Amino acid sequence: MPEPLLSISDLVVEFKTEDGIVHAVDGISYDVFPGETLGIVGESGSGKSVSTLALLGLIPQPPGRIASGSAMFKGTDLLKMKPRELRRLRGDEVAMVFQDPMTSLNPVLKVGDQLGEAIKAHYPKESDATVDARVVDLLRLVGVPNPDVRTKQYPHEFSGGMRQRAMIAMAIANSPSLLIADEPTTALDVTIQAQVLEVLKTVQEETHAATILITHDLGIVAEMCERVIVMYAGRIVESGDVHTIFRAPRHPYTIGLMDSLPKLTEDEEWLRPIPGTPPSLVNRPSGCAFHPRCFLSQGRLRCREEIPALRQAEGTAHEAACHFSEELIGHQSKFSEPVPA
Amino acid sequence: MLTYIVRRVLYSIPVLFLSTFLSFLFVSYAGNPLAQVRQNPRIPASTIHNLIIQNHLNYSVPMRYLFWLRDVFLHKFGHSLLNSEPIWPDITRTIGHTAQVILIAEGLAILIGIAVGIFSAIKQYSFFDYAFTSISFLGFAMPTFWLALLLQILFVDIYLKWHVRIFYTSGLNSGSTSSTWSIDRLQHIALPVMTLSIISFALYSRYMRASMLDVINSDYVRTARAKGLSEWRVIMRHVCRNALIPIVTIAALNLGGLLGGAIVTETVFTLDGIGYYFVNRLGTLDLYAVMAYLAVTSVIIIVFNLIADILYGYLDPRIRYD
Amino acid sequence: MTEPRPAVGESIPPVRQPTVDGTVPAPAGLVDATVNAGLELKIRSQWSYARTRFLRHRLAMIGLVGLVILFGAGAFANYIAPYSYSEIDLNNILHAPTTIGHHFFGTDEIGRDYFSRVIWGIRTSEEVGVSVAVVSSIIGLLFGAVSGYYSGWVDNILMRITDLVLTLPFLAILLTAAALLGQGSQWRISIILALLLWTGIARVVRGVFLSLREKEYVEAAKASGAGDMRIMFRHILPNTLGPVIVNGTLSVATAILVEAALSFLGFGIKPPTPSLGVLVNSGQTNPQQWWLTIFPGLTIVLIVLCINFVGDGLRDALDPQQRRVRA
Repeated sequence: MPEPLLSISDLVVEFKTEDGIVHAVDGISYDVFPGETLGIVGESGSGKSVSTLALLGLIPQPPGRIASGSAMFKGTDLLKMKPRELRRLRGDEVAMVFQDPMTSLNPVLKVGDQLGEAIKAHYPKESDATVDARVVDLLRLVGVPNPDVRTKQYPHEFSGGMRQRAMIAMAIANSPSLLIADEPTTALDVTIQAQVLEVLKTVQEETHAATILITHDLGIVAEMCERVIVMYAGRIVESGDVHTIFRAPRHPYTIGLMDSLPKLTEDEEWLRPIPGTPPSLVNRPSGCAFHPRCFLSQGRLRCREEIPALRQAEGTAHEAACHFSEELIGHQSKFSEPVPA
Repeated sequence: MLTYIVRRVLYSIPVLFLSTFLSFLFVSYAGNPLAQVRQNPRIPASTIHNLIIQNHLNYSVPMRYLFWLRDVFLHKFGHSLLNSEPIWPDITRTIGHTAQVILIAEGLAILIGIAVGIFSAIKQYSFFDYAFTSISFLGFAMPTFWLALLLQILFVDIYLKWHVRIFYTSGLNSGSTSSTWSIDRLQHIALPVMTLSIISFALYSRYMRASMLDVINSDYVRTARAKGLSEWRVIMRHVCRNALIPIVTIAALNLGGLLGGAIVTETVFTLDGIGYYFVNRLGTLDLYAVMAYLAVTSVIIIVFNLIADILYGYLDPRIRYD
Repeated sequence: MTEPRPAVGESIPPVRQPTVDGTVPAPAGLVDATVNAGLELKIRSQWSYARTRFLRHRLAMIGLVGLVILFGAGAFANYIAPYSYSEIDLNNILHAPTTIGHHFFGTDEIGRDYFSRVIWGIRTSEEVGVSVAVVSSIIGLLFGAVSGYYSGWVDNILMRITDLVLTLPFLAILLTAAALLGQGSQWRISIILALLLWTGIARVVRGVFLSLREKEYVEAAKASGAGDMRIMFRHILPNTLGPVIVNGTLSVATAILVEAALSFLGFGIKPPTPSLGVLVNSGQTNPQQWWLTIFPGLTIVLIVLCINFVGDGLRDALDPQQRRVRA
């Protein structure tokens, strides 16, 4: 097993709100290995974005607070780093692509300038000509047509898909070892989504960066990721490699997620959503956060009282946080049959 | 951009004519231009008769408007009905004085207001922030005339108690006309400048703070931070640049309005500015002078509205007018 | 009969299935049960959210209390003021504030009790402020609604009128109107103010109507045969109430400030009706008697501050789209 590039342990992030203290991330641990693509899946409010924002120090500290935990990146703990050192890593070693390309680019600055800024922030000695040339190359790499013209344009002259490509270009400008993509395609049309995902794949091949891909879309996970983490209410409920998780999920929430997708291969009378709504993070249900909506729990006392720990399944890397996950062995998810091409 | 400017100017012309026409109608119907004159028993009927003929007052109001227009262009607004003096020299003289006071006051208010607004936003919820937010709330709540009066009383008091003239409390100069930038003049305009600055400062600091906070929480600032830019650069290049855009517009509009004469301030300090001129003329119902004032200030407001729009279009590339 | 829902594992709590006749029964107690089980969040009405937000706003509460005191004093001036506002006492002119004879704010240059005059002045101000705010809000609402809803040439003309009003120098036109038509009457001044202050709210209302006109639920209403009036009133108008209320509240303050300025300059409300602006004027002619300037001015400042606080609180409470920045 190679050394993990990033190793998060027991991360807890709190937010102070008018309604009380919200534990957006309630003790999660995971590793990211060099060159791999890790998917983080969950609904809104599951804490998937917050955990990565905390890594980069992008959580505004007055309402937010990193209560505990560590994040070892290439030997240093990101969470204990001084802001100035962390800033040096941001955009250079660790880069982030955000969800909404419409608002993530500064509307009054030219696109080329904004990309160039990312480079100059870390390599101020580079001449303007070098930086400009690199910017054009980056835009070409992500598939923006006529990049030399486009660098002089403003964000509102780009389409949504192109803007997201520019964001990706900006993120990989300094060849980071870790790329975090936070729902990069959620705000885009479906056809554009496919293109942007292709760009991400291209970029990965070029830079060999490890990628954390945050999404709520299982289809994207299936296509892009090697390993998957499923989060619910700020905790990790299942983790493992993508094939195992899809073929034989071991947590009722994961099963619920997959079951709620319409089946492509045969007719279904009813869609099966997970009943209820995600819990309020101020007023968490006691014990397992998922138990009010869980079909497996059936009101059992242990689910209501004891928070389940992540347990490995017989010697594999597949973990699930459910007291009764053994009962799900043999359960065939709808993805167990191969989908005809 | 040029087509836009031309289009706006062309559009403003009929608006200007319409607004002056309406003002003229209103003023002429609501007030009798000759009321004051008629009331003065010492003016013989023949003079009054001559006045009527000379100023075409025997015609209908719309006709009078056309004559007035002719006077505006050919005779530089013509003469006052009351004392038959030319109006234009008064206007040019007073506008100069008003401009001096206003430009200094607004300049100070903008610089200090923007700085305070930026700092307040960066250090939100700090003591500085609360203190200056309270001050700007107060600035909004204070009537201009009251602030002016308070300052005036305060410095009159200082003079009476300690016999030291720090700032003058009325007029533009002591004695014969001093030059525009003499110490004497500055001492005279210090208090009016202070009054206007304080009120405008409240406006600018509050809007700048709000604009900054709006921008500081936006996604592209988060992107800038994620790129690893220093906080200084994030604030200056991304936050301030975007936050200043609406402020520029507000400043241009505010300036346009104030250049029409800070009427109240000039009256309290009896400054020879266009606002005070207007109040005097209105008090004596010297209606053609009042009309001249309204026309001039309308033009100023329109011009500054146009400047505000042009500036906004220049600063924000998303706005393209053609 | 529809086939029974297949369940995963065993019993998923059954989501309600349509019955034979197509209606979806709401099992009694299900809502509470799901809320208790942490399955759903309790939904409250929009207005109760707004009320909670408003009550939480400390400044707004202070402002509200202050306003109640000040405006209450004005409304009950008859009972509170120790003297009438025109009672002259030539033995006691320009007296400093004292408790003798209840002259808390002193007396003015012809011996009238200043405290009473200030209280009566508050009453005048609140009458002017509220009436101007109400009338100008109504005018602005109508203008904006018609303009925004009908669009086209109606909108064009109405907007040109609004632009025209906006290019006029505000205070100057007011002064001119007040000088020529006001004749010192409180109500005439109020009408003049209302006729010039409506443009702000008109723009906002127009914006709301323009944007909501295209929304799907308006189309749906039209498709089910609702007439224009009904759409305007029932569907779109409620969305304008938030900004209208906020704007209306703040325009009370504007009206009070402007009227005070007009009266101070001598063109607004003329004596003997007491207006806070007129009172400050007497301070200018008697600079040594500080109480003549301070008390009425301070009153104006307090009233306007309180209104601004309340307006801020209302804005926070009623405009959920705005970022939660405490001004």
